[in-house]
Amino acid sequence: MKIHEFQAKELFRQAGVPVLEGIVAKTPDEAVAAYEKLGGKVAVVKSQIHAGGRGKGTVADNPDQRGVVVCQSVDEVRQAAEGLIGKTLVTIQTGPEGKTVNQVFVEAGCDIARELYLGIVLDRAVAKPVLMVSTEGGVEIEAVAEETPELIFKEHFDPAVGLEAYQVRKLCKKLGITGLAAKAAFKFMPAVCRFYVDYDCSLAEINPLVITGKDEMIALDAKVTFDSNALYRHKDLLELRDLSEEEPSEVRASESGLSYVKLEGNIGCLVNGAGLAMSTMDIIKYHGGQPANFLDVGGGANTEQVTEAFRILLSDPNCKGVLVNIFGGIARCTTIASALIEASKVVGFNVPLVVRLEGTEVEEGRKMLAESDVDIISATDITDAAKKIVAAVA
Amino acid sequence: MSILVDGNTKVICQGITGNAGTFHSLGCREYGTQMVGGVTPGKGGQNVEGIPVFDTVEEAVHETGANATMIFVPPPFTADAILEAVDAGIEVICAITEGVPVVDMVRVYEKVRASNSVLIGPNCPGVITPGSCKIGIMPGYIHQPGKVGVMSRSGTLTYEAVWQTTNLGLGQSTCVGLGGDPIVGTSFIDLLKRYQDDDQTEAILMIGEIGGSAEEEAAAFAKANVTKPVAAFIAGRTAPPGKRMGHAGAIISGGKGTAEEKVAALEDAGIVVAPTPADMGDAVVQAIANANG
Repeated sequence: MKIHEFQAKELFRQAGVPVLEGIVAKTPDEAVAAYEKLGGKVAVVKSQIHAGGRGKGTVADNPDQRGVVVCQSVDEVRQAAEGLIGKTLVTIQTGPEGKTVNQVFVEAGCDIARELYLGIVLDRAVAKPVLMVSTEGGVEIEAVAEETPELIFKEHFDPAVGLEAYQVRKLCKKLGITGLAAKAAFKFMPAVCRFYVDYDCSLAEINPLVITGKDEMIALDAKVTFDSNALYRHKDLLELRDLSEEEPSEVRASESGLSYVKLEGNIGCLVNGAGLAMSTMDIIKYHGGQPANFLDVGGGANTEQVTEAFRILLSDPNCKGVLVNIFGGIARCTTIASALIEASKVVGFNVPLVVRLEGTEVEEGRKMLAESDVDIISATDITDAAKKIVAAVA
Repeated sequence: MSILVDGNTKVICQGITGNAGTFHSLGCREYGTQMVGGVTPGKGGQNVEGIPVFDTVEEAVHETGANATMIFVPPPFTADAILEAVDAGIEVICAITEGVPVVDMVRVYEKVRASNSVLIGPNCPGVITPGSCKIGIMPGYIHQPGKVGVMSRSGTLTYEAVWQTTNLGLGQSTCVGLGGDPIVGTSFIDLLKRYQDDDQTEAILMIGEIGGSAEEEAAAFAKANVTKPVAAFIAGRTAPPGKRMGHAGAIISGGKGTAEEKVAALEDAGIVVAPTPADMGDAVVQAIANANG
């Protein structure tokens, strides 16, 4: 689960990770009020969307309007807020369609001496979280990793223990941090690591992490993603979920226990199992088609779930045909067949439907479909199914 | 022979009194697995269709001589269940449960690796040596005793591969579902070692997917250490970056973990990579033919 920068910074503040004063605003008037309340000359108006690259991103139809604006007056704050709120921001992470900016974060300015990078992720290869820092702050870290990987420094840590003092010393040495700033790092770095573990994060990224003219260390940005599997023990975090940032069909699917990802193609897919669902998309593409989605109905799919799955698939205006690919293991083919027949009565199929059934009770399942009124193109194996659906939508 | 489990393996189920635990314990017993017991704290002394239930794993091991377990307890309690099995000296632990928090697995992984136990999963279908021992949720009848070692990060895609190798008359030595999570107890490399040393296994089929670098690491290992023919398939060539594709571990992040990188690494190691999921069985046949010159 992703959250906004202003929400992440509030959690940082509570966890002892220094951030600047800031106020979230949903209208230009609120933004102006926030600027006046902060009381300084300089403030930064930052669009709040669940995607990175906002500083370099621009508003659709207005390429002069950046997603993050440094302001020196009430007028500039109002202009920035009016240029962003309610507009669509396109960044390298949003895709060409962009994301609507519903709110901005008005944050106090600060005196920046150095910009660094700090990020924590799980290193799957060693099964431990890893703290990564770099001298190259404020730029795309993927580009740094590609071009100058020697400027990224890493320390793994044990979640139960956290970051050790010697690890901070090593990183400070490599980053060239001394004196008061190093003293700040001894609080800052372990605090972010503790935060990552305490909140079951899958990503905690600060880019840039700045050192001010007074040698303070401050999180100028905050990007935090939580492990969805651990949310049951962080009920308070659920309030931070912003459904307007998520694809509505994906939200709807997750409410029914379906795993669904919307894609750009025109062939809807309904499959049991994540690996089979992914490779069903792959084989559609291999035979010249474009999948409209990833959809895993799971091992224990029932009639309600299959019906809802069809509703979601058919509500996509791009969907010109549906491929059902089921390898019945625990989920029996007869269950899927009867769910399909029921779903067709409730939803009403208006596009070609190719069905491939294999596995437990396959003969009975195929017979049920053949004897039903549902208009089905049946397929014998995955290749046959992929070719038939690609031909049907062509 | 086979790897990990055979007809002598004695199995318990942690979480046997839950719906899934009961259903699959009976399914395994029906297949021929020696299901010797189950564990549900507070329900010791009961039985599930004749399978005795114990309060602790230690007690179950003491009373039944069990050396393997399959875990169906809910995600918040899975890490603890695995650690209890390790503590009781269980040799093969299959964690079927999906949805275990990653931080829990960091803790468990280190303890399991330092022990003599092997952890399969979590978020996996289990392990099966066809005709001898099934531990998990896979449909038994699609398997056939034979020569291919099948290992996979996915469930139903494994069934697809198994079905293809059965229809080609190759059969399987032992099939292992590694699990779809970012941290799992057993890697492709761990199993490559076992398959390489196993007489019954004549060829290996590896089914990977996007996310992480386990396939690249396995490719490098196979190139240096495995003499048996290896075939592979990678799911997710069309998956968009930054989106979790069902499995918690199936995500391309920061441009890493793409299918293209994995396929390239596998082909570089001389492994036959199936172009589509329909070609997994044929890829094994091809790998065997290549090895025979």
